[in-house]
Amino acid sequence: MRMSERIKAVIEEGLPSSCVDIVNESDRHIGHAGHDGTGESHFKLEVVCNEFEGLSRVQRQRVIYSLVEQLFDENLHALSMRLLTQAEARLNTKE
Amino acid sequence: MQNVMFDRIQKEIDNHDVVLFMKGQAAFPQCGFSSLVVQVLSQLGVPFKDINVLEDSELRQGIKDFTNWPTIPQLYVKGEFVGGCDIIREMYESGELQALLQDKGIASAA
Repeated sequence: MRMSERIKAVIEEGLPSSCVDIVNESDRHIGHAGHDGTGESHFKLEVVCNEFEGLSRVQRQRVIYSLVEQLFDENLHALSMRLLTQAEARLNTKE
Repeated sequence: MQNVMFDRIQKEIDNHDVVLFMKGQAAFPQCGFSSLVVQVLSQLGVPFKDINVLEDSELRQGIKDFTNWPTIPQLYVKGEFVGGCDIIREMYESGELQALLQDKGIASAA
């Protein structure tokens, strides 16, 4: 399974009510120290999930980091995240 | 070994109001994510201590363990972890970062 699919799978397993959108941005980081040439290292993630309600930005990212922890031991190097509740996602439809 | 590193990190964030653990130096960031946080702080005219984790592999791993956060950059204000690149960008865009710095009594030159 590709890294992007694995990231999506572990998040959906940990947060069953979430809606996960992931984009591989590894090609924007070619030649950079964390790029190992696999093309599977840098990702942009958007997760909409009501479990984020009442959590700070740091707490939300920690939820995601804890789910993908073992993938950081492999190729995963950077995960850019937008983490929203459904209400926030409705208000904030830019991008 | 870890205690020595944690003490060193603790000392840095105790001794400086704003500390950025980053890849490269503020004058020459070696990663786009670190560079973005440097740009935000510079835009706000906030003086900060830059610490280049690429110069020390123990520190590079140590700061991840200390904060329980797997990526660099990491911004500390008055000893408190504020976030990495995405969080700083979002907080800057919404004005929350400026409010936080003001609350913490960080003088801005801008």
